[in-house]
Amino acid sequence: MNVVIIKYNAGNIRSVSYALKRLGVEADITADKQKILNADKVIFPGVGEASNTMAYLKKEGLDAVIKELKQPTLGICLGLQLMCKHSEEFDTDCLGIFDVNVKRFAPPAGQEFDIKVPHMGWNTIQDLKTGIFDASLESQYVYFVHSYYAELSEHTVATTNYIHPYSAALHKSNFYATQFHPEKSGDVGARILENFLRLP
Amino acid sequence: MLAKRIIPCLDIKDGQTVKGVNFVGIKSVGDPVELGAKYAAEGADELCFLDITATHEGRKTFAELVRKISRYINIPFTVGGGISEVSDADVLLNAGADKCSINSSAVRNPELISQMAKSFGSQFVVCAIDAREENGKWVVTVNGGRIPTDKELFSWAKEAEDRGAGEILFTSMNHDGTKQGFANEALAKLGDMLKIPIIASGGAGSIDHFVDTFTHGKADAGLAASIFHYGEIPIPLLKKELHKKGIVVRL
Repeated sequence: MNVVIIKYNAGNIRSVSYALKRLGVEADITADKQKILNADKVIFPGVGEASNTMAYLKKEGLDAVIKELKQPTLGICLGLQLMCKHSEEFDTDCLGIFDVNVKRFAPPAGQEFDIKVPHMGWNTIQDLKTGIFDASLESQYVYFVHSYYAELSEHTVATTNYIHPYSAALHKSNFYATQFHPEKSGDVGARILENFLRLP
Repeated sequence: MLAKRIIPCLDIKDGQTVKGVNFVGIKSVGDPVELGAKYAAEGADELCFLDITATHEGRKTFAELVRKISRYINIPFTVGGGISEVSDADVLLNAGADKCSINSSAVRNPELISQMAKSFGSQFVVCAIDAREENGKWVVTVNGGRIPTDKELFSWAKEAEDRGAGEILFTSMNHDGTKQGFANEALAKLGDMLKIPIIASGGAGSIDHFVDTFTHGKADAGLAASIFHYGEIPIPLLKKELHKKGIVVRL
């Protein structure tokens, strides 16, 4: 199987490739458009900030490539947010694959010091749908680090509750995305990556 | 619900763990990757690797080790020790570290926090603070608690937050090594004034100490070394007991 991790100006790319390696898959980390378009599976990882990253993707022409993909594609963390329509992070227009807006977590007045932002650590995923999840993963803990979240929508296939319920995962046709880091989520995360790799 | 985190901390010298007992099933006590993997399998939520090597050669060994940890361990980990410039952190980020902790170097050059947050994002920057309470005042210390500074814990922690630190790792030098519990009063005060997560460190000796620091101390995570390395409190038991006491943990 030919798995490609899109290379761009973001952190944690190595972690994703190592997680795949632990599953016996050697991924190609590349920004080569042909290689990305020809892959069996594409992973769009991300740690970073939305506006700079979008600007970079546009400059490199990767924005158009990602939107064109027909094979199973998995966005992770910032990857999920960039696949949405718009992010409040520096008022950024994103790829628009999911018709969803990304907002900043805002603890209710008076609770700013009790409810920390970023949402950092292990939290549970609920209401799971689609092929990247299975029944054994319902209410399991996965690892999150983020200050912005995707609202609930028709594309939501997993929810997490932090301040309020939001989209922990999104899905539309061949596009999948998780707000959490499966590559850092222990055996649960490994299973989700395995499920993704098994998608037809 | 967001779970409280349990973080074993491993001291590394020349690529090997410094202290620890010979656990069953572990070939080399000194191998940080094996020990880290064992903790991860037992339910540790994150790992912390502190490089206490002073030499330049040792540094390279550490970066090599970070690469190995990232390859074999499937939970997040923080690395620290000897990071005094953005380029030092960059090497460790590229080796696969999820977070970098800075301590003395941030006290000497607070701008380092801002630079690191700007370069890599706040989520990557853990500001570690070692402080000692003297005559009712929490004095920030450097070089492993040996040298007092003119900084005070609470104002320094606030400055670190304002500069973009993503977490505060607070070690009470009064409590460190005593096994008499964490500095919960100071921790709660930090929790009440900061919007970023706080990791409690120094003083863990029993399961109840963790219960106290997650409730009275308002800590988001608890870090400890010897109680885990010497097998005094197995992580599965600790988490089971925390769960029984109504603390949200990942089981």
